[in-house]
Amino acid sequence: MNQPIPSSSPSGDLQLDSQGRLQHLLDIEGLNRSMILTILDATHSFISANNQEIKKVPLLAGKTVCNLFYEASTRTRTTFELAAKRLSADVLNINIGTSSTSKGESLLDTVRNLQAMQCDMFVVRHQESGAAHFLAEHVAPHVSVINGGDGCHAHPTQALLDMYTIRKHKPDFQQLKVAVVGDILHSRVARSQLHALRLLNTGEIRVIGPRTLLPTSLSSRGVKVYQDMDSGLRGVDVVIMLRLQEERMAGGLLPSRQEYFQLYGLTQERVKLAKADAIVMHPGPVNRGVEIESEVADGPQSVIMEQVTTGIAVRMAVMSIALANRQNRKLVLPGEVDA
Amino acid sequence: MSSSAADILIKNGRIIDPANNIDQVADFYVQDGKVAGLGTKKPAKFNPEKTIDAGGHIVCPGLVDLCARLREPGAEYKANVKSETHAAARAGITMMCLPPDTDPVIDEPAVVELIQQRAKENHSAEVVTLGALTVQLAGKQLSEIAALKEAGCVGVSNALQPMQDNRILRHAMEYVLTNDMTLHVIALDHGLSAKGVAHLGETSSRLGLQGIPVSAETVAMAQYLALVEEVGVKTHFGRLSSARAVEMIADAKSRGLPVTADVAIHNLHLTDEAIAHFNSQAHVIPPLRSAYDRDALLAGLRTGIIDAICSDHQPHEPDAKLNPFPSTSPGISGIDTLLGLSLQLIDQMNLSLNQILRALSHAPADILGVAGGHLSIGAAANICIFDPQPTWQLTRETMYSAGKNTPFLNSELPGRVMHTLVAGQIVEALF
Repeated sequence: MNQPIPSSSPSGDLQLDSQGRLQHLLDIEGLNRSMILTILDATHSFISANNQEIKKVPLLAGKTVCNLFYEASTRTRTTFELAAKRLSADVLNINIGTSSTSKGESLLDTVRNLQAMQCDMFVVRHQESGAAHFLAEHVAPHVSVINGGDGCHAHPTQALLDMYTIRKHKPDFQQLKVAVVGDILHSRVARSQLHALRLLNTGEIRVIGPRTLLPTSLSSRGVKVYQDMDSGLRGVDVVIMLRLQEERMAGGLLPSRQEYFQLYGLTQERVKLAKADAIVMHPGPVNRGVEIESEVADGPQSVIMEQVTTGIAVRMAVMSIALANRQNRKLVLPGEVDA
Repeated sequence: MSSSAADILIKNGRIIDPANNIDQVADFYVQDGKVAGLGTKKPAKFNPEKTIDAGGHIVCPGLVDLCARLREPGAEYKANVKSETHAAARAGITMMCLPPDTDPVIDEPAVVELIQQRAKENHSAEVVTLGALTVQLAGKQLSEIAALKEAGCVGVSNALQPMQDNRILRHAMEYVLTNDMTLHVIALDHGLSAKGVAHLGETSSRLGLQGIPVSAETVAMAQYLALVEEVGVKTHFGRLSSARAVEMIADAKSRGLPVTADVAIHNLHLTDEAIAHFNSQAHVIPPLRSAYDRDALLAGLRTGIIDAICSDHQPHEPDAKLNPFPSTSPGISGIDTLLGLSLQLIDQMNLSLNQILRALSHAPADILGVAGGHLSIGAAANICIFDPQPTWQLTRETMYSAGKNTPFLNSELPGRVMHTLVAGQIVEALF
């Protein structure tokens, strides 16, 4: 039937400009494989640059990046800040606790005020799904929005750095079996990872968790669902653990941390079910003894610290790509020569 | 509007009166504010002061809207009785039913009187009210339902607020029965829908939005139906949203339970796909569900399991929708589009004009137990005259409601309302 097109809805490809280039990064969904590969390749250039003695490159010189964080974050905020500074941008960090939102200023008002201060880019983290889309709809035309995590919806830069990390260790995604373990239902990281894994043609994508922490419609999206940890881990190349939030116990989703660990905690014993050269990942912060044993988190197969380091470069890549597109110029990466 | 009820001749219109099985082209006579006859049955002393040429137009009973929020009292920054009754008249609606969740709540006669007075001042579409089933809608203590009825409430409801428990609900039903009133309910289990902002399905899962399962509707409906079966109170189920709910109403009706049902017009057009890009204009409670559910609602309307269509009108100020999706206020401003979107179903879904107009006039009037919704001789002349042919574009400028919040903005809609008469008075002459 002829359904009226909801007219005030933002277009599905809000994050792409009229020429199909990235102008905001809101979600992995809506990107294509080559865009992801472009970002991963640029990340590689920045990692090399970050290993130089002088880490700064002038790609965002004269630009102002505003980190707008409505939710507590250490890793994501600091890596975004470092990324912007290494690109020579001026950085404004705004941490808005729940107290100031209750003073009545809406997200839109905050952004309009900041825009008046001539920011060129917003990195936003917000407790509500859709917050980054909302901002991208309403910022001035020259301003880019980078999603630093919105509610349970998306955390695209985390997924990109995870893909980079996987690719570094296991370059051929088509041959890989990847398991994502834990609270998929509430995880923006998992949603973005699943989109990215699919776009990179990952051989087999599994999710593992109790029914209370799994979305209802996963299997229709080509994902294998396991409620039993041991069978889910068998033969995988990559294990991605997710953080378990304390509030899941209060919501009637789980009885206790102890029982969760017993059923889904990643122990040394369980790691042996995966392939011998499997890597173990975690977006952090890690709850030791809840979703993962310390011996595994710090063990030889863990690449958790590497993920953090990659976080800076991937954010440099995303920021510089988006702003180069805005200025309609080719991005010249560190080590490249401008023709 | 004219100051006295003059004789009015409506010439050459196609008269459609579902209640009386009338569908014919004829002249139509209005005298003393009442329907006086049609065709050859011209009243003896008829001196029309006003003649409306309705050639090519449809003359039908004024629409009766089972659920419209007018935002007065309590939220006049969104809309008020004046703005919304005028908007209604311009949209062919001659009566709106206001649910009790105003501020203050309609739990005592003074609030009813205030609203009635406001509506009368505006000489436009009529407003009837549902009284609060419980004091403050808190679900604990019964309101003075007899007094509310005396003040003019046409039914009672606890709106979207939960009852404390089923024992209190059962007693409330018994007391409503004692007062010979109709209970209006929206089946939505409070626990299962808590914090939910969208249908639990593919779209909400993808967007990371808290879902409302179909069981939130069916669990609540099963409880209501079990109690209706014991108590026997007339119960109207408003805003059905799922296929399963339609089946449950069909079953209840086949077993002779005194139940009726309506559906909001947007649930007949849209699915949860409408929120795919966090479009807050399509954020409504009960939520837009799957295509399967939408099709079952349409089928329910065609077979008469669903009796009526309503606007579920909820006008908002622009800021109410300017937030990340979960923080936006649910609701669609619906009176401007009620007729047009309903007419659109005729071609799309193989429904007849007669069926649609019945669901918009006679059926809802019957549910409310009010006179109206038909063109019988002697009935108050509440009439809608519209041109079915031309389409018009819905824009902020062509909307008359104070609330411009609708996912249908920029749609082309059929049916242009030319005149609306309330009690024989032309309240709006348009275009």
